[in-house]
Amino acid sequence: MSSLRLINPELEFLRYRRRMEIAGVGAALLFLLLFGRFVWLQLVQYDHYQSLAENNRISLLPAPPTRGVIYDRQNMVLAQNFSAHTLEITPSETGDKLDAVIDRLAEIVEIEPGDRKRFRKMLAESKNFESIPIRNLLTEEEAARFAVNRYRFPGVEVSARQFRQYPMGPGFAHVVGYIGRIGEKDKARLEEEGLYANYKGSDHIGKLGIEARYERWLHGRTGIEKVETDSGGHAVRLLSRTEPVAGHNIYLHLDARLQQVAERVFGDYRGALVALDPRNGAVLALMSKPGFDPNLFVDGIDTQTWRELNDSPDRPLINRALRAIYPPGSTIKPFMGLAGLELGLRRPGDSIADPGYFSLPGSSHRYRDWKKEGHGMVDLKKSIAQSCDTYYYQLAHQMGIERMADFLGKFGFGARTGVDLDGELAGLMPTPAWKQRRFKQPWWPGETVIAGIGQGYMLATPMQLAMATMALANGGVLYQPQLIRAWREPISGRVAYAAPRRVGEIALKPEHLAVIRQAMIEVMLPGGTAARSGAGAPYGIGGKTGTSQVIGIKQGARYDEKRIAARHRDHALFVAFAPAEAPTIVVAVMVENGGSGSGTAAPIARKVLDYWLLGKLPTVYEPEEPVDAPIPEEAEDSGPVQGGGLVAIPEEDLTR
Amino acid sequence: MIRRLLLRVVAHLDGPLMAMLGLLLLISTATVFSASGENTARVFDHLVNMGVALTAMLLISHVPPQRLMQFAPPAYVLGLLLLLGVAMFGIVVNGSRRWLDLGITRIQPSELMRLAVPMMLAWYLQYKQEILNWRHFAVAFGLLAAPLAFIAKQPDLGTTLLIGTSGFLVLFLGGLSWKVIGGFAVVAGAALPLAWNTLLHDYQRQRVLTLIDPTSDPLGAGYHIIQSTIAVGSGGVVGKGWMAGTQTHLDFLPERTTDFIFAVFSEEFGLIGNLFLLLLYAAIIWRGLWLAASAPSLFGRLLSGAIMFTFFTYAFVNMGMVSGILPVVGVPLPLVSYGGTSMLTVLLGFGIVMSAATHKKLVKT
Repeated sequence: MSSLRLINPELEFLRYRRRMEIAGVGAALLFLLLFGRFVWLQLVQYDHYQSLAENNRISLLPAPPTRGVIYDRQNMVLAQNFSAHTLEITPSETGDKLDAVIDRLAEIVEIEPGDRKRFRKMLAESKNFESIPIRNLLTEEEAARFAVNRYRFPGVEVSARQFRQYPMGPGFAHVVGYIGRIGEKDKARLEEEGLYANYKGSDHIGKLGIEARYERWLHGRTGIEKVETDSGGHAVRLLSRTEPVAGHNIYLHLDARLQQVAERVFGDYRGALVALDPRNGAVLALMSKPGFDPNLFVDGIDTQTWRELNDSPDRPLINRALRAIYPPGSTIKPFMGLAGLELGLRRPGDSIADPGYFSLPGSSHRYRDWKKEGHGMVDLKKSIAQSCDTYYYQLAHQMGIERMADFLGKFGFGARTGVDLDGELAGLMPTPAWKQRRFKQPWWPGETVIAGIGQGYMLATPMQLAMATMALANGGVLYQPQLIRAWREPISGRVAYAAPRRVGEIALKPEHLAVIRQAMIEVMLPGGTAARSGAGAPYGIGGKTGTSQVIGIKQGARYDEKRIAARHRDHALFVAFAPAEAPTIVVAVMVENGGSGSGTAAPIARKVLDYWLLGKLPTVYEPEEPVDAPIPEEAEDSGPVQGGGLVAIPEEDLTR
Repeated sequence: MIRRLLLRVVAHLDGPLMAMLGLLLLISTATVFSASGENTARVFDHLVNMGVALTAMLLISHVPPQRLMQFAPPAYVLGLLLLLGVAMFGIVVNGSRRWLDLGITRIQPSELMRLAVPMMLAWYLQYKQEILNWRHFAVAFGLLAAPLAFIAKQPDLGTTLLIGTSGFLVLFLGGLSWKVIGGFAVVAGAALPLAWNTLLHDYQRQRVLTLIDPTSDPLGAGYHIIQSTIAVGSGGVVGKGWMAGTQTHLDFLPERTTDFIFAVFSEEFGLIGNLFLLLLYAAIIWRGLWLAASAPSLFGRLLSGAIMFTFFTYAFVNMGMVSGILPVVGVPLPLVSYGGTSMLTVLLGFGIVMSAATHKKLVKT
């Protein structure tokens, strides 16, 4: 025992030392492993982890730009922005059931069922961490009341947002259009065009009209805020900011007051009016009635209102100026007459005897004139002034449908005018080839006869009638109708002007054109079909009435029993240019179920011309509010427009 | 007079070791200050913990190893009884039954066992020093396994592994046969799949799986690892500077002042800081082992050696966990993490090491 005790400590100690050395080496190796790991993370992979830490730390927040303002030619505001308070909820932060939160909010600010519905809809479309407006346009009092109660509502806050407003109301909806919330389709399109990044932070996009067509210019460029955020996603401080660039302001050729006059003189009629400047194709008025309130669409229209608009038999959502295609009726006659002269089929002095009807050779079928007893001896001028049908039955038969389609096609019939709005229809200029394709039937000679007075298959939009009339008024030049007049570059403040788009010139003999124009002047003089509308005008007017037989509104309208008679009346048409000697305006009017061109369409055109050329306001319909809007005496170039107000184009640019 | 008194007080402390421990505690204080977001109250608490632990260390350094040895069996038995108590009456916190409510205060008996188990084993080996054979190692293994079973059942995987390691180290340093070690390794390897399926709890399995692929659960269990690895990596060579760690100060790092404090240090002081910390730990351990080897009694040597290697294990496991090479087990970084219990056990351990080394003259009686 004792001997062991003497020897053992030595042995034991040596073993202990050896074991300790082994463990020590093991420990050292493990520390070396750790050090290797640190080298890997902090030296080799440093860039990777550095960027991960930066991504953790830094968030890029979009700073949405201010949308460009839209003005008419007199700098009246057609679409503007304003800031207002909205009440917004961030669903992920409320810590309570949303309905309960909204119920409690409703005790403080007014929240209507429509607001809730819209909120639900937007909630379904949004990501959870986004804030969604529950109430727009808070009053100052409501905002203050909420501020006092704010502590009760985590995740709810009042914020200032930009809103779009259309001060001119329903009459301008089809031209100016509206913006609406960016939907899935818009998003897909933006992504396809590589523009989606610029829309981060934007809720709205142009959906219709100028707002849609010039979306790229109006929208502007989104800025970026670089902020440091903590793990909860809260911004801790602003690191840098790239300022957003406001959108271009857009100035239209459109004259808001002319458009308002047109709207008023239409009264309760439905229809369209297009006014062009024949010297450059500028669209002075483009009206489709009834209109609708574009402001309804900006923050998401509720389903019921939308259905009412969409299902209304008045079809307010259809832009009739571009999408109502009706047979042009007698408004085609000046063009037909011109064709007769140009093709050598008629001379101005040639007369025919009109017995009140026309029959094809070898047929007993009578194509009747609107005047049962006939017009007697009729020459070209009289045929236009009195709108003699027989003259054109005969001419058309002689000309044949091919040559007719060819000649009328030069004036733009059967093709889109190319006006800078979306959704335009091309109408129809029928030919035998077309009929074969469409109906698998040959072209009958009788179809040529009625085509001569603008009935049958031929279809045209009011815009096409205006464009064709423009070519008569300016000696054969075709300008593409254009709404945009100028745009203002946001950074430099430079205003650029849109050049007229001359798309064609029709070779016409001036003396032939003179005959037709004279005939159209006589339409407005005693003995002419629109003599009453021409009476007492201190300037010359050239015009032509027309009537388009009703088969029904193309877009599948539903008829109200009581109104069936009214809705079966013919559509009234009228085209005009003035002053006759050197025209500065061309007008095409289409009044749905207006009866006759001379009875309803021509008086409307006259009032519009009176306003444009004489500054005379229509007296038939009292305006509900003053038509005159103030023109600023001196407006400053104030940079990107915030909110409303008028921005002038430099003085010298205001002269046309 | 006062000078002599002071010398008496510090007589059993080791100068170089104390200097290095002081430096480590200084680093700890600075890092806790940064990690807590300049929370002076937190730093004050930390300093109080440190003061208490240092005092305890000073006191225990005066206790000669023989006296300490006498405490080993009672402490062990008490610990075992308390663990039994935990198993029967323990309080469940976060799904594990670790605490015992004594009415006045709550205690976590497994903490006591961190020192009691190696002490007991060292005592036993010293007790059977003369006649040591494999049977005694078998008994020692039983003494180790009993508390481990209780702690594993709580469940507390981290503590089980660490106490197991320290106990194993006592046996290893005491001369456990290589054959046994080898055989044990084989059995453990074979039992691993069985243990995986039966012994481990779901959250423990999850931790291991998360280690293998943290991105599989980036917002849940993987979040800690991902964020701490980013913190370490983004520190780069020189670090982002004290108080300037973005992961730390923007709230991305979890448990910043406690288990994940190394990520804070690493982010702010970089590879150079890490190297310095590793070398400091290595030097402390080196000095500790040197002291352990100079202890006259087998008990002192075994206990001191085990304490030093356990200290190493804590440091290694924590840094390995934070840098993403070991699973997340709740182990603080010794002497750096905020937390009184850990500070106390670790410094008590150092007190024992110094006591065992400096009481040599008294041993030979």
